[in-house]
Amino acid sequence: MNNPLLKVENVGIQFGGLKAVQGFDMELFEGELVGLIGPNGAGKTTSFNMLTGVYKPTEGQITFDGKVTNKMSPHQVTKSGVSRTFQNIRLFKELTVLDNVKVANHSLANHSLMSSVLRLPAHFKGEAKMEQQSIEFLKIFELDKYKDELAKNLPYGMQRRLEIARALAAGPKLLLLDEPAAGMNPQETRALMDLIALIRKKFDLTILLIEHDMGLVMGICERIYVLDHGQLIASGTPEEIRSNKKVIEAYLGEEVTI
Amino acid sequence: MEWLQQLVNGISIGSIYALIALGYTMVYGIIKLINFAHGDIFMIGAFVGFYGLTHWHIGFIPSLLAAMIICSILGVVIERLAYKRLRNATRIAALITAIGMSLLIEYTTIFFRGAQPEAYPDDAVISKTFTIFGTQISSESIIILATTIILMVLLQFIVHKTKIGKAMRAVSHDMEAARLMGINVNNTISATFAIGSALAGAAGVVFGLYYTKIDPLMGIIPGVKAFIAAVLGGIGSIPGAMTGGMVLGIVETIVSAVGFSMWRDAAAFIILILILIFKPAGIFGKNTREKV
Amino acid sequence: MKISKPFWIYTMIAIIGYVIVQVMISSGQLDMYYSNLFITMAINVMLAVSLHLVIGITGQFSIGHAGFLAVGAYISAICTMQLQLPFIVGLIVGAVVAAIAGLIVGIPTLRLRGDYLAIATLGFAEIIRIIFLNWDYVGGAAGMQVMQQTTWTYAFFGMLITIIVISNFTRSRHGRACIAIREDEIAADAMGINITYYKVLAFAIGSLFAGLAGGLFSHNFFIIQPAQFGFLKSFDILIYVVLGGLGSLSGAVIAAVALTIISLYLQDFPETRMIIYSLVLILVMLYRPVGLMGTKEITDLFKRKRKGGDVHE
Repeated sequence: MNNPLLKVENVGIQFGGLKAVQGFDMELFEGELVGLIGPNGAGKTTSFNMLTGVYKPTEGQITFDGKVTNKMSPHQVTKSGVSRTFQNIRLFKELTVLDNVKVANHSLANHSLMSSVLRLPAHFKGEAKMEQQSIEFLKIFELDKYKDELAKNLPYGMQRRLEIARALAAGPKLLLLDEPAAGMNPQETRALMDLIALIRKKFDLTILLIEHDMGLVMGICERIYVLDHGQLIASGTPEEIRSNKKVIEAYLGEEVTI
Repeated sequence: MEWLQQLVNGISIGSIYALIALGYTMVYGIIKLINFAHGDIFMIGAFVGFYGLTHWHIGFIPSLLAAMIICSILGVVIERLAYKRLRNATRIAALITAIGMSLLIEYTTIFFRGAQPEAYPDDAVISKTFTIFGTQISSESIIILATTIILMVLLQFIVHKTKIGKAMRAVSHDMEAARLMGINVNNTISATFAIGSALAGAAGVVFGLYYTKIDPLMGIIPGVKAFIAAVLGGIGSIPGAMTGGMVLGIVETIVSAVGFSMWRDAAAFIILILILIFKPAGIFGKNTREKV
Repeated sequence: MKISKPFWIYTMIAIIGYVIVQVMISSGQLDMYYSNLFITMAINVMLAVSLHLVIGITGQFSIGHAGFLAVGAYISAICTMQLQLPFIVGLIVGAVVAAIAGLIVGIPTLRLRGDYLAIATLGFAEIIRIIFLNWDYVGGAAGMQVMQQTTWTYAFFGMLITIIVISNFTRSRHGRACIAIREDEIAADAMGINITYYKVLAFAIGSLFAGLAGGLFSHNFFIIQPAQFGFLKSFDILIYVVLGGLGSLSGAVIAAVALTIISLYLQDFPETRMIIYSLVLILVMLYRPVGLMGTKEITDLFKRKRKGGDVHE
């Protein structure tokens, strides 16, 4: 097999005296769709924050696409090809739907500050290209008709979709989705699953997703990693995870049927 | 014994900063607001003390108490009228309101009594100079230090041994949880303002004793410096505010003593910027991190 | 694509306004008192718009803008008075040095958030003031003599350039990056925006124009003193931005113009002026925290009327 796209080796982070995550290992290969699950407070979002540079791991190493990323700041990690959504939706609320996507498209354009201030042709060319590309992304998510609405005025489900559109506009190879279906009804969830499958194919993406909806995770993920109390307790195919004793124990008491 | 002399002077001015800083740190700890108007409450305290001594002739201790009472009422009124409505507003909105409140107090004072300075009387307290180990210590210095120590001990007692102190600590730790536990959050916040403002009022009176000259804009610089002292000590921490005030007072005196008296005010701001850049949590503060 | 029609319309209206005022000044219909009012207005608009970029667009709460005004004022005065350079050179040097000061102040402080940033910028502005206060070359506390050279033409074009540059900046990918930082720093960072770069950039551009305003300011009086650039001056500028609406350029302009006129009528009652200012500031925060215009622009009103048309501005 070829080299993994993302290699996480023995990564851990400590907040004060608390070890939030420790000894985390993970390998993602190009084109995979992998799930990251675990009970509340298991360290899933903390892991995402380490993968995207928001938190700097206190131990271990993260390598993405041949580059060590665990010391980079978030925007550098994004530029190297990792982009994400947030569990608690972090859209630019006072910007329009279109502008939200354009912000993420930022690094793909290259017209200079001078060209914008002096309104040189490069500015208009660059802005037009950004606009066109951003509308393409909105179309995939059927958000193009709302392009001039403020992001804060979108209904909840569409805000979630806009977040994915925005993450995609940053041009990632690896897309991290933090509970993309949270708060959605079954129909919306199904539509979202189809959409995830579509963008994965269309953009040759590798996807890692955190999800509480076990149906979704078991249904679409090829491999699954399970975290509990900041430690990796299992990894494998959905079938292996389903029958894993430790996993069942970790979830015992939670209302989840595996 | 030159150094000891400077140390005594530094501690005197440091005590004043510490008294003001306590109010900043308590209010910030509880509602995360830099109460810009706090320096102006200190100014009001100085004026109340002045009127107590020169117009009402009630003597030092009653004047001090009057200043503390009036200032704590003023603090609570400001909180109830303005800040209370801003609990859920943005930090910027709250900060702008505090700046507005500060200007309002300053210029209302000027409007009613003019901008001219006043001088504290020389005979407010027994004026005498003691010489210990070759160091000149004025009775004013001793009174400042005594007042500060008494008030701080009292504050420690209130915060750690009384019910309202326990409520204050709970609210500053987690306002929502405190509310759920049945603590009256609004009253607790008002009490914080009352105590902090009373300390600022007391600081105003001792400032008047020590420096003699007071005027309606006198609160700005000591106010900002006391805030710096609070940041230096670790904002939200009571021992931090005391230590920060003392350290700042001593540093300033040293800067003046070595011949840079014109740069004394700049020293405080340089300390502020250095601490914000290298150790924003201050000496006694805890690191906090934004939740993602 | 070409520069859109509305841009030229607004610029033409502005130029016509300039010509009218200039003709009235030349023909003597406006005396010194009123021509001075127009110059002060233009300077205040520049200050408001430059701070608007820092606070309203980028969301960085700086309350030490007078520090950069002071740098521009003093440096340009040194150029013209001590080094005998032409006024225009003094203006440019003053603005550039203020921008450099903005970089020096911005790089360490812009890592701080919210109220810490506010206090740090206030501290830096005070340090700048204290430096001028202790610098005998520029007269220390007594101040520095400056020749009156600012004319309505200089002030107007200074203002026009400030508005055009800042509004062009705002409506580009660079400005959008700044607004994204204002809206959500963590999300902006995660979307690939170099937040430190854009914060410092916005701060430096804001300082550049505050410095330019400073050059016009110092050459509009006969003397400058460190005391003119204290806390209160910073608060004056802050009031324009807050009252106009955090995030609205036209709001900042309107507030600066209106408050300049009001200040003129209240100049004999400085305490009343400050009481009114501070009350307005408090009441606006309590009852309309978004300010006069919110994040909207006055030009949005015209745009809405022609909805459906291909309007790019």
